[in-house]
Formats: sequence, structure tokens, C-alpha cells
Amino acid sequence: MVTETMSLLEQLWQWFADPANRQGSDGIPTRLGEHVQLSVEAIIIGALIALPIGVVLGHYGRFGNLAINLSNAGRAVPSFAVIVLAFQAFGLGGGPIVFALTLLAIPPMVTNAYVALREVDADVRDAARGMGYRELAQVIRIELPLAVPLIMAGVRTSAVQVVATATLAALVAGGGLGRYIVDGLARNDNPRLVAGALLVAGLALATEFSLSALERLISPRGVRLRRHPVYQPLKIV
Amino acid sequence: MAGGVFLDIVDPWINWNWLSTHIPTVLAALQQHVMLTAIAVATALVLSIPIGVVAHLWPAVRVPTLGALGVFYTIPSIALFALLIPYTGLTGTTAEIPLIGYNLLVLVRNVVVGLESVPPDVLDAADGMGYRRFARLVRIELPLALPAMFAGLRIATVSTIGIVTIAAVIGIGGLGQLILKGLIENFHTPLVVATILSIALALFLDLSLAGTQRIALPWSRKQ
Repeated sequence: MVTETMSLLEQLWQWFADPANRQGSDGIPTRLGEHVQLSVEAIIIGALIALPIGVVLGHYGRFGNLAINLSNAGRAVPSFAVIVLAFQAFGLGGGPIVFALTLLAIPPMVTNAYVALREVDADVRDAARGMGYRELAQVIRIELPLAVPLIMAGVRTSAVQVVATATLAALVAGGGLGRYIVDGLARNDNPRLVAGALLVAGLALATEFSLSALERLISPRGVRLRRHPVYQPLKIV
Repeated sequence: MAGGVFLDIVDPWINWNWLSTHIPTVLAALQQHVMLTAIAVATALVLSIPIGVVAHLWPAVRVPTLGALGVFYTIPSIALFALLIPYTGLTGTTAEIPLIGYNLLVLVRNVVVGLESVPPDVLDAADGMGYRRFARLVRIELPLALPAMFAGLRIATVSTIGIVTIAAVIGIGGLGQLILKGLIENFHTPLVVATILSIALALFLDLSLAGTQRIALPWSRKQ
């Protein structure tokens, strides 16, 4: 058992040292770049769609059930199926994958933005009104800054899920770090498989931690997420 | 070569002929899906109660436990399956370990939240009635934490049903096997059937658990 572990570790070391895995079309920089590109595109498009909807619904307090149940429903849809359906409906390439990832990114961001705007204290809204803020200024200068922590928590959840799901792109002949896992399985190549797993895990953790740091950085001083957020988005991948 | 529209004519989203001759295949996949989900949720549930109680009693345990489970939760399932394959192979164990770990985070957190939400007045009243620490925990605090635990159970169940499909990558995925079959054979029917059944299973179990909670825990209705 111990020798087996040792040999896998050594093989892993060799795999990471192998120039073929460090450069070129199947090298780590290329695969990482593909993975990040797919994810970033989906998160940005998703945020551009989801955040305005969540903010507007939250500001007016309308369609709350829709905003909240969207995430609950989204959770019941297997992300693996969404990727494969997008591939079969729209064919090969980055477009269908980004489309599928965007669909998965939207629900947590809508729900969190909605809840974030709803959570703004009614007294604060009244005070802003009393000070003569117009509606748009009130949203931009008062409500949004107070809502930043929870909105960012939604973006972070979406981003981690998108990065995780982008791994499945390799199954539909896409690129990204999932390539190593899928090829490692197909070729019975454990070092490649485990190296891919470590890279995917590392990227997911890096996404989580860097967006947590960003969340703290851009949250106004004095506004921090409560210890138990009202809405806890969940894992789907 | 074949564009989406052309494919749609040749291969309908549901081919009823295939479905009518493959009902046993579909049911076997569904059964495996339910089993994988049940084992993952039940094991995590049994483990979560003692872990949650210990985490509630000692903050020194709570922070590292929830922290470690949180890191595990962030790692995508496909990466954990891949990491385990050299040790546990293409087996049910490889599929279950990540699923149980994910559910532990959800369930332990909800046990802790549930126990923390017990009002101090209730604890004072229990102390005044002469409850000892352990009896108070079992007879007062845990019953009052049950609604939060039930909420965790519903979330864990729905989330597990979706993640199980990914275990198809290692050959054990219940309905995920049908999704993979649809992908490999470029054939819509198993994919569509598996997607619909997976969503239906999640909604059915979620509603069943909600119904069970209403009947079994009448004190949680107003929450």
C-alpha cells in the first residue's frame, strides 16, 4: 500500500515535470486558459443578465417567490444533463458550453441579489427618501452598497459552480482541465487523472478564496454579511 | 455535419419506440440512482448528529470541522472521484465518499444552526424543571433543532440527486448512465428521459420530505 502510494506520487511528480504537460496544446497553461476562459465568459454574461433582474425585483419587492424558487428549481436540474443537452441541441464548440454554464450561473445570482436588496433595512430606505434621494440614486448610492456582501456571495457561489461544471466540458469533447481527467480515465493513466483532479480542485478552491477576498475588499466598511445568510446557495456539481 | 434542426427531424427528443422497449433499463438506472442517493444521505445523516452536537458544544471543534468540510465541499465531485480511483477503483465506494462528505457539510451545519436557534428562555425553563445536561440535549434541544435538520435533509437530498449523475463518469451514475449513453450514441431519448426523471425524483423526494416534516414535526409548521 505504502509503495503503491509512493509510486503514484513519483509518477505524479514526473507528470508535472514532463515538458509535454507544461507547454503546447495539451499543456497545463493552455488547458487552464481554456477552463478559465469558458468560466469567465459564463460568469460575466450570467452576471449581466442575473444581477439587474435580482436588483430590480429586490428593490420593488416583486416576484419574490419566483426569484427564490428559481434557485431551488435550478438545483434540481442535473448540471451534467444541461451540458450534454446544450451540446446535442447546438453542436460542438465553446458557444454551447458557455451557454449551458451561463444558465447554471444565473439562478444563485438572481436569488442572492433579490434577497440582498430585500434585506436593506426599511428605516434606511425611509431615511434616504427623507434626505431627498430619488429612486435611482437611492438604489445606487444607498441600497446597492449595503447589498454588496450578499450579492458578491451569490457571484462567488455561481463562479465556483461554473468552474466545477466547466470540467464536464471535456466530456462533450471540449477543452479545459477536465480533459486530463477524461483522458486519464480513457487511457487508464492514473497520474494524468490525479494531476487533472488536483488542478481542478486547486482552481475551484482558488476561485472560492479569491472571490471571498474580493467580497471583503469591496464591501463597505461596517457592512458585513451576517453570520448565517438568509439564503445559502448550494452545490450542484 | 448535421445541424441541430436537421438532427431534430431524424432523431426526435423522445423516441417512444426506444422507450417502450427499454423500460427495464430505465427502471434499473432509476433504482441505482435512488440507492446511491439513499446511501449518501442516510450515512451522512447518521454521522451528522453526533458531529453536529460536538461542534455545537465546543467552538474549538466547530470552526475547524466546518472549515474542513467547507473546503471539501468546494472541490468538484468529478475531481474527488478522479482522486479516489487509484485507491478505491471504479466502485460504489468511490462514488459515495464525496457524496457523503458534501452532505456532511450541509447536515452538520444545519444541526449546529438548529441547536443554536433554541431560545435561551427555553433552556432556562428546562434547567428550572431539573433537566440534566444530557437529558436537556436529547429531550429539549434536539427536538427543537429538528426543523432545521429537516431543511438540511431536503437540501442534501435534492443536491445529491443532481451530483449522482456525474458519477456516470466512473461508470456508476444511475440516471447519469443514461445521460452518458445519450451523449456517446448521439441519441436524444435516454438523455431527455434521464433528465426528466432526475428532476422528477428530486421534486418528489423534496415534497415527500416536506410532507413528512409537517406530519412528524407539527411544531415546525409555523416556521
